Amino acid sequence: MDNAVETKPLVSPGVAEARSAAVGAAPREVEIQLYARREEIYPRQRVGDSLGIFQKWRWATVWATQIVFYGLPWLQWNGRQALLFDLAARKFYIFGMVLWPQDIIYLTAILIIAALSLFLFTAIGGRLWCGYACPQTVYTEIFMWIERHIEGDRARRMKLDKEPMSFRKFALKAAKHGAWIAVALWTGFTFVGYFTPIRELTVEVAAFAAGGWSLFWILFYGLATYGNAGWMREQVCKYMCPYARFQSAMFDPDTLIVTYDRERGEPRGVGSKKSSRAEQNLGDCVECKLCVQVCPTGIDIRDGLQYECIGCAACIDACDHVMEKAGMSKGLIRYSTERALEQHYAATGIWGHVLRPRVLVYSGILAAVTVALAVAVAMRVPLKVDVIRDRGALAREVEDGLVENTYRLQVMNTAERGQAFGISATGLPGLEIASEPTFDLPGAATRSVMVRLRARPEDIPPGSNKIVIGVKSLDDAGVAVEEKTVFLGLKR
Amino acid sequence: MNDIGASQFYSAFWDYYIAIISIVSVVGCAVFLWLQSRRTVKAQVNARGEILTTGHVWDGDLQEYHNPMPRWWIWLFYITVLFSILYLILYPGLGTQWKGVLNWTQVGQYQGEVKTADAKFGPIFAAYAAQPIEQVAGDARARQMGERIFLNNCAQCHGSDAHGSRGFPNLSDGDWLYGGAPDVLVTTITGGRNGVMPPMGAAVGGKAEVDEVANYVLSLSDSANDSVKAARGRAKFETICAACHGADGKGNPAIGAPNLTDKVWLYGGSSATITETINGGRNNVMPSFKNILTGPEIHLVAAYVWSLSNSGKASTAAPPAPTK
Repeated sequence: MDNAVETKPLVSPGVAEARSAAVGAAPREVEIQLYARREEIYPRQRVGDSLGIFQKWRWATVWATQIVFYGLPWLQWNGRQALLFDLAARKFYIFGMVLWPQDIIYLTAILIIAALSLFLFTAIGGRLWCGYACPQTVYTEIFMWIERHIEGDRARRMKLDKEPMSFRKFALKAAKHGAWIAVALWTGFTFVGYFTPIRELTVEVAAFAAGGWSLFWILFYGLATYGNAGWMREQVCKYMCPYARFQSAMFDPDTLIVTYDRERGEPRGVGSKKSSRAEQNLGDCVECKLCVQVCPTGIDIRDGLQYECIGCAACIDACDHVMEKAGMSKGLIRYSTERALEQHYAATGIWGHVLRPRVLVYSGILAAVTVALAVAVAMRVPLKVDVIRDRGALAREVEDGLVENTYRLQVMNTAERGQAFGISATGLPGLEIASEPTFDLPGAATRSVMVRLRARPEDIPPGSNKIVIGVKSLDDAGVAVEEKTVFLGLKR
Repeated sequence: MNDIGASQFYSAFWDYYIAIISIVSVVGCAVFLWLQSRRTVKAQVNARGEILTTGHVWDGDLQEYHNPMPRWWIWLFYITVLFSILYLILYPGLGTQWKGVLNWTQVGQYQGEVKTADAKFGPIFAAYAAQPIEQVAGDARARQMGERIFLNNCAQCHGSDAHGSRGFPNLSDGDWLYGGAPDVLVTTITGGRNGVMPPMGAAVGGKAEVDEVANYVLSLSDSANDSVKAARGRAKFETICAACHGADGKGNPAIGAPNLTDKVWLYGGSSATITETINGGRNNVMPSFKNILTGPEIHLVAAYVWSLSNSGKASTAAPPAPTK
């Protein structure tokens, strides 16, 4: 627990040198505790009058993901909820498709696709997921928007928190938490709406009649949203999320990262307006500290790449704004790669390094799995048949000396409409079905069907004989399944 | 339920062993956490007063940065300690002597779930149990319930389709050893049956006599037989076999003696098989389900079995008014 060796991944060489130099210069020792008090971070949300380009992108992804998340459960399809994961009935409705627990393989494919996409995008663009799409980021963004509109931006919030409790402070805090809780509860409600029909849930909640697990999970996910986006924020990214810890395994020198151009910026300093910065021996960094103020995880990007950096690019927008005002070119902090900084090549050079073996391998596997999933889903037959041979009775002799075997078919009609099915049996000469050769099955239902097969003893070699039992929809020729089983002959 | 404490292989030592290990571990963790939360270590700071490393250096240049965990993290550990204490108070986690405040047991939980299930499904079973079997057999849902019970309990011998197998009667052909009336089915399932045909080879005589009786048995159902031998076997049959199977060979449902005049055979109707039956006898056991199925369950499965050979007769009309 204590003394955990923490290596900061991919710290720029300059930073390590600076640190070593500092350590060497002043080897002073202090007594410290193993646990540190959490320092409240007040990210500044606005620099200038309009949002920077990357902040616009972030808001675009917030809108896109949240319209999908809050909106999807309300869509209807064929008189039912379009997207519903009915855990109690173990049926998963996805628009025109009904998946059963037996279709778990599709979920496996989706998870593989998700993992590979993460690898691919991380290799190319760094922590794009963290910065733009992760629910932790998205909800924190929404909650900070609420916070700014009620309490004000960084400076006013810091001042408010230092004030003693007053009616005004209490009112502001109450309003903020009230708004947060409202959003959090709506989020929890929406989440539960994916698992229980949301329209019925609305009626129940409106009548305060929701109970049991629905209510529990609404409150649970509501609390999780409120806690994570309101209180925990960067603590989740820094201490709870494993992704930051293994990002170094997915990064390489050609990965796009949010980075500070040390050569251009240093030595940093406010400088004086009386002479040019070059004459004062200063780099382009004017030490305005806005990049630190806007950082939602409270780091200084000028220290190099750190595991705390979620790649949100807020510092890029802030720095670009300052550079523009100061009449210098943008991009002192920018998306670049380690190799680009080292070898001083421009954006076109970065593009030239995108296609590298790692990216090609990820893309290749991702494309293969995606195509495989698409083909599998497209060719999916909405009928499942399990043939269970009767174990107790091996073979029996019936009228006219025929030999009879009994099978139980477990048939699932995974389509949503009822159908009539026909049974066929092949594999032995003269094999005939002695039981009812057709049966009906309602939509999204399962039943067991007894099948008795007969053959003349002279046609059956003694012992086990491979046969095939087929089940075919009488309404739709494309819906057919064949299952292998055995037919036992009698000892002669 | 056996009390494990009373077992001769078990001594009270293990109760204390488990209890002490559990309590010492939990208390030890709490004390360790408390000590660690107060512990201080030396750290290197730079000229600006920023804490940089813990001062540990390996291999000459590998330094350990100081990246402390946030203080709230330690509270998560304290919560786990609190959880263990609460758990050990509520549940029997400290050997067999401490039963826990909730008095929870696995058996108790199982029985509780059975009770819940009974409360849910009991009324459905009770409603069917109150109806005569002929009427229950006409109810599609009841037949499905009966089939489910049949598949779990009866199909092992009688087959999933109830068509039986060699030595196990076909329940769907309308031919019965003990009779197929609904109340007889209930009696059979509840009490079981033991049908015994003793070895009769010696009583009948030698090999030739047994062959003659077998041919006579075949002639009863108009199966292929040697009419000369059959005629000679008739006398033996009427003196010996008729005791159970009747002089006319139509059997006796009271003792489960099969009707030999139809073409329904339990073990097979060839001359060789009949000879084997006469010489060796047969012993058939249908176990009692009295302790396996409840009364209402037997009622339902009997209705299902009855429906197999009486599909046209199942009454869908209202139950007849009770006469008494």
